[in-house]
Formats: sequence, C-alpha cells, structure tokens
Amino acid sequence: MQRREFIQIAGAGAVATTLIGCASTRIDAKNAKVLVVGGGYGGATAAKYVRKFSNYTADVTLVEPNQNFISCPLSNLVLGGSKKMEDITVSYQGLSKNHGVKLVKDYVVSVDVAKKQVKLAGGSTLSYDRLIVSPGVDLTYDRLPGMLKPNAQNEVLHAWKAGEQTVGLRKQLESMKDGGVFALTIPLAPYRCPPGPYERACQVAEYFQKNKPKSKVLILDANDDVTSKPGLFKAAWSTRYAGIVEYRGKHNLTDVDVKGKKLKFEFNDDIKADVLNVLPQMRAGAIAVKTGLANMNARWCEVDFLTFESKVAPNVHVLGDAIQIAPGMPKSGHMANQHGKTCAAAVVAILSGAEVNQLPVYNNTCYSFVSATDVVHVASVHTYDAGKKTMVTVPGSGGVSAAANALEGVYANAWARNIWADMLV
Amino acid sequence: MKSFIRKPSVLMAGLFVGLLGATSVASAQSLQIKQWAASCAACHGTDGYSEGGMASLAGQNKDAMVKKMIDYKNGKVPGATIMHQLSKGYTDEQIEKISAYFAALPAEKPVAKRK
Repeated sequence: MQRREFIQIAGAGAVATTLIGCASTRIDAKNAKVLVVGGGYGGATAAKYVRKFSNYTADVTLVEPNQNFISCPLSNLVLGGSKKMEDITVSYQGLSKNHGVKLVKDYVVSVDVAKKQVKLAGGSTLSYDRLIVSPGVDLTYDRLPGMLKPNAQNEVLHAWKAGEQTVGLRKQLESMKDGGVFALTIPLAPYRCPPGPYERACQVAEYFQKNKPKSKVLILDANDDVTSKPGLFKAAWSTRYAGIVEYRGKHNLTDVDVKGKKLKFEFNDDIKADVLNVLPQMRAGAIAVKTGLANMNARWCEVDFLTFESKVAPNVHVLGDAIQIAPGMPKSGHMANQHGKTCAAAVVAILSGAEVNQLPVYNNTCYSFVSATDVVHVASVHTYDAGKKTMVTVPGSGGVSAAANALEGVYANAWARNIWADMLV
Repeated sequence: MKSFIRKPSVLMAGLFVGLLGATSVASAQSLQIKQWAASCAACHGTDGYSEGGMASLAGQNKDAMVKKMIDYKNGKVPGATIMHQLSKGYTDEQIEKISAYFAALPAEKPVAKRK
C-alpha cells in the first residue's frame, strides 16, 4: 500500500509538470533537425524563425556558400553610383551568434528524400527531419546560342544576382564613352523582381544624366508592356529622363552577338549597343531542378501554401523565387522573407505536434528608386483561400505610390535596414 | 484496494490527453498570431523592434495601435504613404490580435544573449 501510494504521488507529479508546460503553451521541437539550403531572403529568414518559433529548441543548420549576404534589392543603386557594395552586404554571423543557427559554408549537390539526407560539395552528408530549400533562381541561356560561347557570359552580364556582376556592370558603365547606348533586355514574366529592370533603367539614366549626358538607356522588354508600376516608371522616363530612356515592349530576345555587341529579336530589327545587359529566362535554382522539386515545366516548384511543403517531395519545403507563385504574388525578396516565416511557423508546428496555421496572412512591399532619393512602391496583402487552396490577394488592399517622392526614399532605406536585420541579426 | 488505485490512474490518463489537446490548440493559435505579427516585421523589425526609420510596435499601447490601423483602413491618416493600402488586407480581428501581441512585449528590446 505504501509503495502504491508512492507511485500515485509520482504520477500526480508528472501531471503537475505537464500542467505547467501547458500553461505557457510552450512549443518544443527538441532534437528535431531542420536543414536550410540557401541564405537569401527566404532561407536566412526561415533559419532564424525556426529557431525563434521553436523557442530555440529545434536544431537548425544553414548551408550557404557565400561568406556574406549581398542584397539584390538596392543593388541597382550601386549601378547608379549612390551606394557601394559594402552598403548592401551583411554578415551571416548574426544568425549563429544571436540565434544559434549552425552555419555550413558549402553547397548541396544532391538530396536523398527517402533517407532524409543531403550531400554537400565538400563531401559530407547531413541528415534532416525537415529540409527547407530556398535556392533562388538560375539564369538560363539555352535559348540564346551566342551566350553559350566561351567567355560570353563574362562579357555580357546579367547582374541579377548581386555580387561580382554588380561591380562588373558598374565598371562597364563607367568605361562607356559619353554618347553610348546601354541596352537592357527583359525576359517574359515570371522573373525575379518584376520592377527591378525598370528601376535599373532609372538608375543608369540618372548616372548618365549627371556624368555622360549624351548617352541613352534602351529598354527592350519581351513583355507587351511594363510589368510593374507602369504609370510611375513611364512618368519618370518621360519627365526626369526625357531624351535619355527609351522603352520598347514586345522585344523578345532570341540571340546575342557578343563580339559585335548586337541583340537579335523574334520580330524586330537587330539592335547594336555599347553596353549590353541581358536578363535571360529564369527558373528555380539548380538544386531544385536537379532534384525534381521544380515539377512545373522543370522551371518552378509547386508547394502547399499552408506549409510550403513541396507537392512532390515529403518533408521538403521550398521558398522564395523558386516556387510556382500564387496569383498576384511577385517573386521578390520581401515576399521570400514572408514565405520564410510562414514556413518556419508550419515546420515548428509539425515538429512539435501542434496544428498548422490554417490562415496565413502576409504582405509584399517593393520600393523602387527612380533616382538616388525618390522612390515609388507597390504593395499587396495575401491571404489563404481554403477553397482554392492557394494564396489570393485581399480585395481592396494594396496599391502603388501616388507619385515618386523622397519620403518613401527614406522609408525604402529603412525597409532595407529592418528586413536585413529581420533575416540576419 | 486495487480498484482505488486504478481509478485515479484512469482519471489522470484522461486529464493528460485533455491537456495535450489544449496545448496543441493554444500553440496553434499562438503560432498563427506569431505568423501574422511576423508579417509586419519585414519593415517594423523583428518582434516590432525597429532598426530605425520605421515605427517600433513592441510594447506600444494596444488600443492606440488598433485605432491607428482602423484609421488607416478608413483613410483617416493624413499623409499615409503605404499603410492605408496594407491595413486593408487585415481583418479587424487580425489587427486586434496582432496589436495585442506587440503590446504584450517590453518596449525596450531585450539585450541579445547567446542562445
């Protein structure tokens, strides 16, 4: 009897402990291994927030080949000359120091979904309970034969991944003679950062206006018309940069003569320019294509928008520019940051046995600099539609700036400081 | 005596299952609110602690935040650049819960410590 009473008391003690656990509704994903591939806006955010939402119980490793994060948003300002590379560069160390994310400087060469393992280029193998892949985009030149020739891609730059190419394109602009032509080609949507090319045109135009006033910016867009903030960009070109910027839609690039600095189009005459900046077609980053995660035309990755889990690979989540987007959802850094948190909350719920949020709501904001100081925005809010099983834009929400203005220039810089810290600090 | 021992065991088992259920629901709600609130963090800083240039939301008065958002929604904030457009994407209930989340945090950012 004495012994049995003791057992009962011990049992009661266990219940009391559980009660305390419940009172604080403490999420616990202890011993769960989350592996994040790619430290851009999506992956870095996911890594930090899986740690945060799991109350620092989940084990999180981020595999990223670069030493530092370099932001694509704001990188056009480096081309324009009002920012330097160090202004758009942030260390990954904050993720490790402040949040206990394990950093592995390497890249993934293969994924074994059945074994829940990835292989790294460095030779090691890492195992996971949940894999979060945020591979960004790959630029594909297979439809532009001239770009496949030796050294072509070192001469005609994209500068669509901030880094060496950003510096390289700035140098090409600096060494171009006054009176030269900068030609920028834009692929059919969807591509990374819809307003980005038009912002770039403004930045280069401002640089020319101040330094090489006889020079021109020629935008050659495969799309019928400007795909983002058309009224605001066209206003900038016709007023601020009148006589400098010329926009031509329906210009679908078919080849590049790199040596002759000539662009060839499906239906239009060839165009010769002094600096060529070709944005080719894009698709999900190489690892997503290689592993079959990019199940939509071998280009984009289809996901469940409640969890960002791949439609083709269990326990694997895909974020950011690499996904098959929902209607009205842009491929943007801000959006990838929002994917990262939504995915992190879902992964933590799954790993700790809680119910997954059935109503994700998040937003997008893209600021574009039409000069070094004046900015225009496009904003939207996205919510889950259980009937359609996808994200939809909330009717009546979102919109664009009334006109370019300096106050939003201040906000755009503040946006960058805050979102970089939200991902990395 | 055996029967006396078993009864509480059964009771405890029932209680235990009930509690787990409660945990799951409460956690799901809190993760949902955390996701909603985190959607603000891209501009307003993680947990609403701004890095500068945007309003800090952490530790602010809940009613004031709710009122401001409803005013934005109704176009009653002069000089609004973007919040009149974003506020319209969130329901009043979501605004209430997000505001409560930020209001419950200390206004001063806790000193970062190694986790």
